[in-house]
Amino acid sequence: MLTTEPKKLVILGGGTGGTLAANRMRKVYDESDLTIDVIDQNNEHVYQPGLLFVPFGLAEPDEIVRPRDRQLKKSINYHLSEIDAVDIETSNVSLRNGTTLEYDALLVATGSILQPEETEGLDGPGWLETVFTFYDMAGATALAKKLETFNSGRLVINVIDMPIKCPVAPLEFAFLADWYFTERGVRDDITITYVTPLDGAFTKPTASATLSSLLQEKNIELVTEFNTGEVDGAEGTLTGFDGTVIEFDLAVVVPLHGGAAYVHDSPGLGDELGFIPTNNATLQSEVAPNIFVLGDAADVPASKAGSVTHFEGEVLVQNLESFLDGRELDAAFDGHANCFIETGFSKALLIDFNYETEPLPGHYPGPIGLPLLKESRINHLGKLMFQPFYWHGLLKGRDIPGIGADMPSHGKHRVSS
Amino acid sequence: MTSKLLAGAEIEVNDEGFFVDANQWTEDMATELAEECGVPTPLTEQHWTVLHYMRQEYFEKGTGPTVRKLGKSSGVSIKELYQLFPKGPAKLAARVAGIPKPRGCI
Repeated sequence: MLTTEPKKLVILGGGTGGTLAANRMRKVYDESDLTIDVIDQNNEHVYQPGLLFVPFGLAEPDEIVRPRDRQLKKSINYHLSEIDAVDIETSNVSLRNGTTLEYDALLVATGSILQPEETEGLDGPGWLETVFTFYDMAGATALAKKLETFNSGRLVINVIDMPIKCPVAPLEFAFLADWYFTERGVRDDITITYVTPLDGAFTKPTASATLSSLLQEKNIELVTEFNTGEVDGAEGTLTGFDGTVIEFDLAVVVPLHGGAAYVHDSPGLGDELGFIPTNNATLQSEVAPNIFVLGDAADVPASKAGSVTHFEGEVLVQNLESFLDGRELDAAFDGHANCFIETGFSKALLIDFNYETEPLPGHYPGPIGLPLLKESRINHLGKLMFQPFYWHGLLKGRDIPGIGADMPSHGKHRVSS
Repeated sequence: MTSKLLAGAEIEVNDEGFFVDANQWTEDMATELAEECGVPTPLTEQHWTVLHYMRQEYFEKGTGPTVRKLGKSSGVSIKELYQLFPKGPAKLAARVAGIPKPRGCI
């Protein structure tokens, strides 16, 4: 047999998607068949679902961060560098540290970034004093300090615009804030208002109705269809593009999201927001056949969430294999997402859905299982127990027994609209 | 789904008033559509820039753009978009431009 040069897979991003894909691909190909290079700008892999708990003192920063390179199998090369650009014509990636990597297949898994600077005033006066985000570690830890001494006034939680990572997280923040202030005995002196650009609490109708009644039960005011044009932390105001003003003493804002910066410097790679046009089913990009996309970096109409990235992983690896071996791409992603929603007081809801089916009541993964769209303690435990599985199972590329990539339908109750 | 009469033509629209078939739209329907949904008339040159951009995006990509995409690439800033199409530029511009309701984000 002829010995051939190994093929080259380059993976941009060492987060959830990049890590699980690298480890799964290494299980399929050994080093003599495929080299795998992973690039990231820092070596801190954050368990992002944990950020929600930091402001309430329920998680410490060092519990939810581990080195990126340590999550990768030994025969995977890790490059610590910013990415300058991808040249899709010549199939090369240039790194800030001077390295250029040529690829046979490229996987874009650089997720989405926060863009507070895109909203007038958001990172101006009052930023990290009266205006916070919990979507990054710096914000979440600063907010934890602020909440400890916040005893009365108006807390406003605001999503500027979609898409955002984990669209349920701001709602969870509202529910946990209600619990936190109740525990501290100051809830009666604090109003909580949830301000969203959507026409309901959530994007999908059945879940939106359930979540709206939960907000009401917990005495959290819901303001819908508010399009934030300006945030003024010194004055304590959110001003809508239509001139409407909402006053606050403390604002927790989810900034606009976009793709990673290098996408804009790579001609033909991304759209206006820096996300990569991607086939919804195959996860192959629409910009070049040898570029695939995993997780938040893609423009697919699924939630930007770790569970989506996890379920995509299986499909992606099959299709990458087919591509490298010169076969048709025959694996298809169905848009499956699965999210625990913390509702405070040691309870949580669970939702499970895909491109076609909205979150429905019932049980997951089958008729006997975790309750869907209903508060329960077992879902809260499920959420807590997920972190060890994340580090030891999901990132390593292991499957969960009984949990497949496709959304299960048995166990769900159809709701007539 | 219902149909209605616009500029002498029978048009199919969905429950929210969005066109089902973008090819049924003609420019002389825009003013009437604008009045229906609270877009200030007479339509200005900037309105037309946005309307044409909406249609071009729809025919290229299969859905109308979001407000953020409009702000980045239509040549009209988000602030101005809210003056031209108060309440919701992406939705209202889609309605006046005679394209189906944009899919938006999940």
